[in-house]
Amino acid sequence: MQLLEFQAKELFREYGINLLDSIASTNIEQGRKDAKQLGYPFVIKIQVPVGGRGKAGGILTCQNDDEFELKYPQVMDLTIKGEKARAILLEKMADIKKELYLSLFLNRSKRCYTIIASAEGGVEIESVKNQIIKEVGLGKVSDELANEVAKEIGLEGKTAEQFADILKKLSKLTIEKEAELAEINPLAIMKDDSVVALDGKFVTDDNSNFRHEELQKYQEKSEIEERAEKSGFSLVELDGNIAVVGNGAGLVMATLDMLSDNGGKPACFLDVGGGATTESVYEALTLISKMDRVKGILVNLYGGIVKTTVVAEAFLKAYEDNLIDLPVFSRLKGTEAEKATEMLQGSRTKMFATVEEAINAAVMEVKN
Amino acid sequence: MTDIFGLLKGKPGDSDYEKKGVIVQGITGAYGSIHTKNMITYGTNIVAGVTPGKGGQKFEDKVPIYNTMQEAIDATSAKISIIFVPAKFFLGAAKEALEAGIKLLVAIPEHVPVRDTMEILDLATQKGAVIIGPNTPGIMIPELIKIGIMPAMPFKAGKIAVLSKSGTLLYEISDALTNTGFGQSITIGIGGDPVNGTRLIDAFEMIKDIPDLEGLVVVGEIGGDSEEILAQKIIDSKFNKPTVAYIAGRAAPKEKRMGHAGAIVMGTYGSAESKILMFNKANIPVAKRPAEVPVLLAGKMEKSD
Repeated sequence: MQLLEFQAKELFREYGINLLDSIASTNIEQGRKDAKQLGYPFVIKIQVPVGGRGKAGGILTCQNDDEFELKYPQVMDLTIKGEKARAILLEKMADIKKELYLSLFLNRSKRCYTIIASAEGGVEIESVKNQIIKEVGLGKVSDELANEVAKEIGLEGKTAEQFADILKKLSKLTIEKEAELAEINPLAIMKDDSVVALDGKFVTDDNSNFRHEELQKYQEKSEIEERAEKSGFSLVELDGNIAVVGNGAGLVMATLDMLSDNGGKPACFLDVGGGATTESVYEALTLISKMDRVKGILVNLYGGIVKTTVVAEAFLKAYEDNLIDLPVFSRLKGTEAEKATEMLQGSRTKMFATVEEAINAAVMEVKN
Repeated sequence: MTDIFGLLKGKPGDSDYEKKGVIVQGITGAYGSIHTKNMITYGTNIVAGVTPGKGGQKFEDKVPIYNTMQEAIDATSAKISIIFVPAKFFLGAAKEALEAGIKLLVAIPEHVPVRDTMEILDLATQKGAVIIGPNTPGIMIPELIKIGIMPAMPFKAGKIAVLSKSGTLLYEISDALTNTGFGQSITIGIGGDPVNGTRLIDAFEMIKDIPDLEGLVVVGEIGGDSEEILAQKIIDSKFNKPTVAYIAGRAAPKEKRMGHAGAIVMGTYGSAESKILMFNKANIPVAKRPAEVPVLLAGKMEKSD
């Protein structure tokens, strides 16, 4: 899961990484109290799980009450890359001398953790110049290595010491919370030479959630997503009108691609997993019935070990229960496919021999 | 370099040539038992199962069950195991297997924490063992040996190697290949996790020198850069067998995990565009649909004739 800035900073604070004073709120009433407590001037920062906040107008300075009343709602109402504000963080203004970059991340191709550090931070990682890169196995950073990295990016004295200290704390945090990415950008050198984390990005390994009860408060899930997870589905909601259902992440992604290539707009990615049963497909249809934007359902199942008749049964039950009244375009391949086709004859489910034909029909019949 | 055929088949003259013993860890579980039956039907020589507390029993009245991997290996001398335990028990099961002497470990479970995978990979390196997966459908030499959960129907013996991150796309594309006359010499499931025991590039090393190999199909997806690294390797090694790729996830939104733990685009890292660009650079056509793979492969073969 990806934490918001203020959540990442809660963890940073817990691990003793230097921060500016800041308070998060979700409404302006609370925000006013926070403003009073914090004192002007401060920065109003939108909390969304995507980058590019500054450019989109999601980070504004604030000098007094009048500005606050104007800017807080303005930032709160922004949508950045499709993401609405989850909260607003008010953070004290800082006298910055220099912006650094520091991250520890899971290097997938090298299969180890990797440090990236640079004296030229504050821009997106792709544009960070003069990167120092160190591979660190399972993530442990020794005193020697931390000092070496500080030196290599040109830091000295107290600043170098503080930087090395932050790097070691970030390593401890990464290991203990099983992060895939822990990034501080910018990590700032202040006028007084202290080193402070001005931003924070923290992504954990969802598969390790069962070992991290303490992180569950950061989990953000809609009711639909929660039910999907309970059933062992993978669900990603999208903004089109044709729900895409299948078994296996690769196959559902491929179906999404083909639908988009043909001008269709996917409403969701729903992978019912390897072992589809009548119950699980019925639950998938239940979830889709709760998405108002859906005008049609595209089903692409490759039943190797799963019997396609089991899937057909789920559809018939869903029609009988009046669960869905949408057109369904379906390609079921594999065991007992002929019998499944027979079962669905005359129902809302239109069966097709290939996924290409099912997609064409779906795109033709489901208009925006 | 790993001699994968040596591990899976052995050498002509070996008493167990082409019937290497395989141990199933988690043989009595719902999932493990179904797939064990399917593997036996396919012809895989399942010699033992391990389920703690059920030692002394027999699976389907035939396959002896042991409490520990050490006992199972002492009794059978098997060097291959397949794991079906729930993700949170994977670390323990895999450690036990490697410490008892397993040399090829097929890790089926999905949702294994990355840290556990990395720990197992360290141990595997020390022990000189190969890990396939986790979150893999498995590995097979069609019509000879199947160590995994793939259905039998899509596969046929032949001379094309198929490497795939996805399970269902491996079946779908192998089916399309089989139907157009392209049988498979070996299929390797890489798995959909961020960290893989056998990466695409490792799997390529395993298959590139198969003497009668006629072609290679790579089924990738968004996330990470293993497709890019493989494409570069194919360029550098001057591999000249007809090769075709497929990449799933062109229409996926950024920063969203698409089912597989590893299928996520971060910024530009892991994007389909980046992978397609590198394959094109390596002169490898990338199919837009699974059904297009055999068409492109046939086209490549004509050119190389």
